[in-house]
Amino acid sequence: MSNIAIKIENVSKEYCLGAIGGTTLRDEMHRLADKVFHRMPVNADYGKKFMALQNINLEVKKGERLGIIGHNGAGKSTLLKLLSRVTAPTTGSISYNGRISSMLEVGTGFHGELTGRENIYMNGAILGMTKREIDSKIDQIIDFAEMQQFIDTPVKRYSSGMYVKLAFAVAAHLDNEILIMDEVLAVGDMKFQQKCLGKMGDASAQDGKTILYVSHNMNTVRQLCERCVVMEHGKIIFDGNVDDAVDIYMGSISSEKSNHVELGRRQRPSYSTNKFQMQSVDVENKNCIVKADESELALTLNVLVAEKAQNMFVRFFIFDCARRIYVAITTAYIERIDYVGINHFRFKLDLTHLFPGVYSLRVLFSTGNMLSQLVYDDLEEVCRFERIYDLANINVNYKKNQHGYFNLGEATVETVQ
Amino acid sequence: MRDKETFDTVITSHRGWFDVNIREIIRYRDLILMFVKRNFIANYKQTILGPAWAIVQPLLTTVVFTIVFGRIAHLPTDGVPPFLFYMCGNVAWGYFSGCLTQTATTFTANAGVMGKVYFPRLVMPISSVFSQLIQFGIQFLFLLFFLAYYSFLNNTPYITWGILYLPLLLLNMALLGLGCGVIISSLTTKYRDLTMLIGFGIHLWMYATPVVYTIDMIPEKWRALYLCNPMAITIELFRNMFFGTNTLTAANIAFCWGITLLITLGGILLFNRVEKTFMDTV
Repeated sequence: MSNIAIKIENVSKEYCLGAIGGTTLRDEMHRLADKVFHRMPVNADYGKKFMALQNINLEVKKGERLGIIGHNGAGKSTLLKLLSRVTAPTTGSISYNGRISSMLEVGTGFHGELTGRENIYMNGAILGMTKREIDSKIDQIIDFAEMQQFIDTPVKRYSSGMYVKLAFAVAAHLDNEILIMDEVLAVGDMKFQQKCLGKMGDASAQDGKTILYVSHNMNTVRQLCERCVVMEHGKIIFDGNVDDAVDIYMGSISSEKSNHVELGRRQRPSYSTNKFQMQSVDVENKNCIVKADESELALTLNVLVAEKAQNMFVRFFIFDCARRIYVAITTAYIERIDYVGINHFRFKLDLTHLFPGVYSLRVLFSTGNMLSQLVYDDLEEVCRFERIYDLANINVNYKKNQHGYFNLGEATVETVQ
Repeated sequence: MRDKETFDTVITSHRGWFDVNIREIIRYRDLILMFVKRNFIANYKQTILGPAWAIVQPLLTTVVFTIVFGRIAHLPTDGVPPFLFYMCGNVAWGYFSGCLTQTATTFTANAGVMGKVYFPRLVMPISSVFSQLIQFGIQFLFLLFFLAYYSFLNNTPYITWGILYLPLLLLNMALLGLGCGVIISSLTTKYRDLTMLIGFGIHLWMYATPVVYTIDMIPEKWRALYLCNPMAITIELFRNMFFGTNTLTAANIAFCWGITLLITLGGILLFNRVEKTFMDTV
């Protein structure tokens, strides 16, 4: 018995652009007439092909938890559709062992008029369970969904959260060997999400279920998956460990580092008074890279000041690619700004302790004290920069999400007799 | 190469005409039941009369037919009470047309579910046929009630041994409805025009079928052509079960089955061909 659960070989999927698929008889006659009289079709895109997937090759081992990430339109959902046999590939073959249950959507086949209990049977049957299998699991499912009280109420009266919980509970209790999930956890609350991830982790670890998980939520991907592929334009561009995959995915969103960024036309948050308006930023570090020996980010903000101000301070928030806030650095008070017009402020940020990675900066101009604070300007993604240095001599086998984001140097150690 | 042999399922782009997986459909029999149950519950929840609504439609049609065709047009009914005559026709025709219309929208009406999860697509039309069977059952009970009432009233038993043929006749009608329905549903994935034609087409078909008149009214020379309509044969057989007014030969019945099986087989093969990629075009 081989331990490969899914094998995808040279799979491509092609879609036609234009309206070919959903034609009416009349359109078809038109096309026929065009063919007969050698006329050019009216729409130039007519009949052009679009490759949603190009030559995908992928093997998934039994019991593996594979994450699939990529931007919208990268082909993730198409791949899952092929796997769950909703539609067939144009070329290539997909082979797998065992039954696949797919959750491309929450509560497929749920009917508003049926009660929760009836819908469990309905949904379970659609996902391929027999009535007997569901009978033996229904109590577990109801327990898992935390629904004892509402189970005999029609689901059209449910809140969307309850709906999701019930739907997920059914899928999580399937006995199928392969579980495919497309972004379905996104709707539950935090606690339930964690419960689901835990349940899926268990299913994989204990029962040897294979899990394919597509999500835009990198935290859940990190938590659940042990391997991850990144897709772009219908191709797999990376296949390997999750951290690297997430970095590549994030990088491909935000790789555009630029030494000069225009900010004047950006949308400001509503709480900002706009008395200051950042017009542009110039980063002095070459290619916006903060190297090991530099450890400082130097930048100049060009700000349109509409009104004199006193006791200003500037706060820099450093975010990682997933927009998680890492740390903020604040300037001392700037006592007075008297010049109305374009002011240039030069800043230096000490980033010695920041671990390597790509970060973005949010800048906030504000005035005030502990009691009252007035925001003069506030912008996210003012600029991006990268911190680079060799980690080898600091931390063995370092992982950001396990060991934190700051390098506080080496701890000293001595052996005490 | 050895790995390849151990895979349970292989999905490729090609599929032969005859790859119909009957065993898989049997494995999904619980799903068929669930769909039937869902249709039934969804239809009648929050109605006061509930399943009794199933008889309102044929009852009203029968009353209308009795007045229009019986009282006003004075069409002959072979000595059968007009009310019973029309009701028989309506109930039988209702089953067939129900099967046809419901299966004809299989792909378009269920694109939402089918776009998200795999199950043998034939499960849908099959469950439609069973849903309709429940409705038919309710209507049939009422028909029996009226038959008994008229038998008592006229002192003639309106029932014959032909009733034993009922299961086969139902199967015949179900297969015919299913076959035509899946052909239409397969074609509607590309050509939506057909959905417009269904309602109209069924109406025309009904008038080409002895629902409101007797076969005797068809001129002898056209009779052979007329009986090419398999529904004409099934409706006539259905009436014959109660009134013994048979005008058909064994050849007619054999022909009816032949056509039915041909259409069913063709429909299923076409359906099977389309189901794989219909999501891309529907």
